[in-house]
Amino acid sequence: MAPGFGPRERGALLAGRAAGQVVRRLGRGGGTALPGLIAGRLAPTLIESAAAQLGHGVVTVTGTNGKTTTAHLLAAIARGAGLRPLANRSGSNLERGIVSSLVDAVDPGGSVHDAARRLGVFEIDEAHWPLLAPRLRPRVALFLNLFRDQLDRYGEVDSIAAAWRAAVSRPGAVPTLVLNVDDPSVAQLGEDTRGEVIGFGIEDPAAALPAPEHATDARFCRCGATYEYDAIYMGHVGLWRCRGCERRRPAPIVSAERVHLGAEETQFDLVIGERRVPVAIPLAGLYSVYNALAAAAGAHALGLPIEATARALADSGPAFGRQERFHVEGRTVRLLLAKNPTGLNEVLRALEAAWPPLTLLAMLNDGIQDGRDVSWIYDADVERLAGLVGKLVVSGRRAEDLALRFALAGIEPAAVDTDTRVALQTALLATPPGGRLEVVATYTAMLEVRELLASMSGAGHYWEHDE
Amino acid sequence: MNDLARTIRVVTLYPDVMSIYADRGNLIALRARCRQYGIGCEVTAVGIGDGLPADADLVLIGGGQDQEQRRIAADLAARGVRLRDWAEDDVAMLTICGGFQLFGHFYRTAEGEELPGVGIFDVTTVAPAPGAPRCIGDVLADAGDLGEVVGFENHGGRTYLGPHARPFARMRHGFGNNGDDGTEGAVYREAIGTYLHGSLLPKNPAVTDRLILAALRHRYGPGVKLETLPPDPYAERAHRAAAAVARRRGRPNP
Repeated sequence: MAPGFGPRERGALLAGRAAGQVVRRLGRGGGTALPGLIAGRLAPTLIESAAAQLGHGVVTVTGTNGKTTTAHLLAAIARGAGLRPLANRSGSNLERGIVSSLVDAVDPGGSVHDAARRLGVFEIDEAHWPLLAPRLRPRVALFLNLFRDQLDRYGEVDSIAAAWRAAVSRPGAVPTLVLNVDDPSVAQLGEDTRGEVIGFGIEDPAAALPAPEHATDARFCRCGATYEYDAIYMGHVGLWRCRGCERRRPAPIVSAERVHLGAEETQFDLVIGERRVPVAIPLAGLYSVYNALAAAAGAHALGLPIEATARALADSGPAFGRQERFHVEGRTVRLLLAKNPTGLNEVLRALEAAWPPLTLLAMLNDGIQDGRDVSWIYDADVERLAGLVGKLVVSGRRAEDLALRFALAGIEPAAVDTDTRVALQTALLATPPGGRLEVVATYTAMLEVRELLASMSGAGHYWEHDE
Repeated sequence: MNDLARTIRVVTLYPDVMSIYADRGNLIALRARCRQYGIGCEVTAVGIGDGLPADADLVLIGGGQDQEQRRIAADLAARGVRLRDWAEDDVAMLTICGGFQLFGHFYRTAEGEELPGVGIFDVTTVAPAPGAPRCIGDVLADAGDLGEVVGFENHGGRTYLGPHARPFARMRHGFGNNGDDGTEGAVYREAIGTYLHGSLLPKNPAVTDRLILAALRHRYGPGVKLETLPPDPYAERAHRAAAAVARRRGRPNP
């Protein structure tokens, strides 16, 4: 029997498993959370005992944007290198999502199958990382970025930064931190750890924005002064330096150079120390470069070879709902998740690289997971798409708010409908046969429209999507 | 006077620091509405240490995190005399959340630090004891002749009206100034203070029109008229949708 698994844990496992099977059999979703919720309640130490068995340890991925894609890419790299990644699925990134993935991976005696080859790759909600990291004891922790997101749920951005700082400064907290050096809030965590730090960043001022964006979520250094930038890649992320003290962007160990942003794919040189390998990924947008780079830096921290990284990145597909493509009624549909100002700005920027005129379905929900406050759409630069959109259909539970936002940006919707099914049909009809429909949606809106797209195109349910 | 010849001068205070909940949507809506009226809209952004223009017809300030409020408080207080003169001179003002708090007498943070305000509104704001919940949620409130206003509030500080303050609106759904007395925001002459994000002006065109008219009168004299246009249909629908959401899930008020 596995260490740490007493009768209590075993009972909890069985209960969690049974719940997952019931949910799936009823067709009520993938049961990605409920088994964890039940097992976690019954055996609160299940995380610790199962995670400790993973032969290659645990990597955590946290930050506001890019967690799912980064974890997806890192798992693909690990798989290519012969490991068996164990990951939480589909953005189920709170405690229960992690317990659910562990429940699925252990046998009734509590032993993880094939434990020696296993690597935990867990994306963790940024507000929950300080609570979960001590229980998962990661070897490597990736920090991607910190943007404003769901302020109605999490309070202020500053409080998350402070909680990260406190958590990584505990002695022995995480042996290796992988940090985005371009984000000053993340880069400065390097001051708080006694562990190893591997920085990643983009070294290509040609990929910078022509002017700073309004959505900028870190303005003040720890010393209190403001930052200045030689180049801004997105939001407050770029080649920064403090006006008041010696702090500046540390030189990255893992970097992307010669970035080329295409409509469908992205190319860059992956540079690690003396090594340089050209990489092409089938994902658009500079944010995809950051996600790929973070995964590459994570792989480097795990000691995986750069060739395996480049190969896996080139072969990888999109993660669930993140630039996934569907073929529906003779049209190609690309689904883009956008859930906060910087995320939406980056998606809009990726759309600028696509062929105009765009046919666009934009969806705004206001569920707990989207953020109940829809104000944030005014912080994104929707104006960017003015002149590029041929047909716009707006949907989601707050369709009227989003329609107004587009109208104020000079982009008049052709149709507004809160019913997802009707809006999708209208948008498909507005798309020329053989043409492309771009769907931009907040989290729960993405789940709804993806379910429709999956059934129309024959793609799988979300719980069947990942490994 | 021909509308095309009319221009209002707008000052936005600390737009980069004080706009955590998208209060720049107010400026976007204001510009769009001015375009509909054929009124020019000249905008000057004023940051920390920048000079104020000699004159203004409309002043905007949004909300910020505690850290950001702390940063602007001294700079704002140094402009207090000018801003109070402007308010007495019927300059239109729209101050939201953290900006509203600092247009009152003071804001006392959770650490007990008192940030001085410019005192245009007879209100004081105190952060609640640590651990007390923030006032977060959808709002529907009755703003008298402006009708129903809708928005979203998210604030820790509790604001209390002094004897000379008039509320901006009466709460129907949501917390309002302090969650107790049913008041929302404050009004002094042509200045409005409120907790409503959403953003406020895009979805509440009656408030936008009120501010534009006050700004025009400040610039061109009290006899100036504004031939009010019907609200933009998208604005009207977004207003109705937000009102329905607040009725469904906003905290009810007696």
